[in-house]
Amino acid sequence: MITQWFFKHGDRRGVIVIAFLVGIACLVPLLNLLVPDTSPLHVPTYLVSLLGKYLTYALLAVALDLVWGFCGILSLGHGAFFALGGYAMGMYLMRQIGPRGVYADPVLPDFMVFLNWKELPWFWYGFDNFWFAALMVVLVPGVLAFGFGWLAFRSRVTGVYLSIITQALTYALLLAFFRNDMGFGGNNGLTDFKDILGFNIQAGTTRSALFAATALFLALAVFVSGFIIRSKLGKVLVGVRDAESRMRFLGYRVDRYKLFVWTLSAMMAGIAGALYVPQVGIINPSEFEPANSIEAVIWVAVGGRGTIIGPIIGAVLVNFGKTYFTTAFPEAWLFALGALFILVTLFLPKGILGLYGAWKARRAADAAQKDDEVLPPVVKQSGKRVPAPEPQAAE
Amino acid sequence: MKAKDTLLYLDGVSVSFDGFRAINNLSLVLQSGEMRAIIGPNGAGKTTMMDIITGKTKPDTGDVYFNGTVDLTGHDEAEIAMLGIGRKFQKPTVFESHTVEDNLVLALSGSRSAFSALFHRQSRDEADRILEILYTIRLFEKRHWLAANLSHGQKQWLEIGMLLAQDPKLLLVDEPVAGMTDAETAETAKLLRDIARTRSVIVVEHDMHFVRELDVKVTCLHEGSVLAEGSLDHVSNDQRVIEVYLGR
Repeated sequence: MITQWFFKHGDRRGVIVIAFLVGIACLVPLLNLLVPDTSPLHVPTYLVSLLGKYLTYALLAVALDLVWGFCGILSLGHGAFFALGGYAMGMYLMRQIGPRGVYADPVLPDFMVFLNWKELPWFWYGFDNFWFAALMVVLVPGVLAFGFGWLAFRSRVTGVYLSIITQALTYALLLAFFRNDMGFGGNNGLTDFKDILGFNIQAGTTRSALFAATALFLALAVFVSGFIIRSKLGKVLVGVRDAESRMRFLGYRVDRYKLFVWTLSAMMAGIAGALYVPQVGIINPSEFEPANSIEAVIWVAVGGRGTIIGPIIGAVLVNFGKTYFTTAFPEAWLFALGALFILVTLFLPKGILGLYGAWKARRAADAAQKDDEVLPPVVKQSGKRVPAPEPQAAE
Repeated sequence: MKAKDTLLYLDGVSVSFDGFRAINNLSLVLQSGEMRAIIGPNGAGKTTMMDIITGKTKPDTGDVYFNGTVDLTGHDEAEIAMLGIGRKFQKPTVFESHTVEDNLVLALSGSRSAFSALFHRQSRDEADRILEILYTIRLFEKRHWLAANLSHGQKQWLEIGMLLAQDPKLLLVDEPVAGMTDAETAETAKLLRDIARTRSVIVVEHDMHFVRELDVKVTCLHEGSVLAEGSLDHVSNDQRVIEVYLGR
């Protein structure tokens, strides 16, 4: 029924992307597990994890696009929500180690034994249950975003001021998580994971399952975002982006709409972080680094903001470039990233997807012109052609 | 005059910005169903008066009552809009990346809660009302256009259409014909007179020709308070009005 609804109301591009994501969720694990090593079609396990990591970044980019591209809230601190989701998952994975740690303490993680802690801090309770950790993955970023947004949006903090506060938020968390007293492993973070849900986290099958889960969550995010954007609520959000005070004079409580999409976006970022941690095997405070959040903004800008699909492309492409650059010319990466941002801002204000849209519009215009030359006037009046200044459909 | 029987009641309203008295002991009364034109030189406080009525600016002193009993100074923009006061800005403010039709959908009266917006489905009744407004503002043919691609005059009309969709009791219209051609100005006057048949309207305008076409009671503001009030002929023959505003 849902698919039926989607085909009726959804745009075709969204359907294609969701189908593609579901497709690779099946295909990549198959190529990894069933195709023998010697075949050129075999996908090695390291690549499965690498692609999985890219897709978690893509999920973060979709979350960011939802607030920036559609509601005009430029967050320079979305990495904070990503990292918090990651820590919640990391805490679960730490507790799964059990007595297999270096100090073999049945309850306390290694770093606590090392710091001479005698008992588990209260905020680590419950994280031995997966369901509890999974709840915290969305609840912790969600509650933080709700509190932050409630204060900021009610006081009508907007634009660059809001961006700076989000940056300060992630920086404050970076400093806090660096402290050993916080109880999250200080600057070493959480690592040395063994199991997830009872499966060996290093095993190829687990890696494949994590990849598939990431692809499916990304598909779900595309679906949910698409549903929101096409709803009346989505139209209100775009209205807030373009003319916030007009929206207020129409009687909308702008702050509540912003709060809704902001909190939802933070939860999506938290899920992305939770999927990221088991695939890279570590979470440490550097994930709160402001530069990470800014990088996420660049992915969205490169792919095309306000398009949902564009940020996925942007995140995967830029990170593919990063992987290549940081091995081939490690010093050049930051320069390349900066140059990329400048080039995109100057020449591709609507990102890669915007370029595609412009190309399609030009082709349609050319085709219409050809119609004019070839077809007799009667056919032209049949209503097939639209008036000349017909605008493009809203993205 | 008692506030009770009026639609809009301003009494002794003052507001200053950094020591500058934008509104100075202003009193103004609007009856239900009345259309009023407000004229006055630049800086007379016309836009600030609208800001006070719509909740954007809080007055330092004075009473502002809507519908006789509702104290507007205690409400914010969204609440005042829901009470039934619509506002058209001086510069046409429409949602440029939405289609003409979606602009009206957003303005259409109804629930403003985020939850109902997420699962909103357009009813037959709503579709009919939008269609009716599209005809009224003469934009039916262009309903699928992005608002950004409309001409200046069409944007003004779209904004008036959005006000109609909002279905307010009182409309505040700030310089609706600025930048319009003569033909568009005449059409707009007709449109506003149509609207005024069913609701109250306050029009701020500089174009005296247009004000004459509206043919309603006129209030002239100067330095934040009322200088003269009455028919257009009465006001435009007032010596002080001629001095500060009309010139010669």
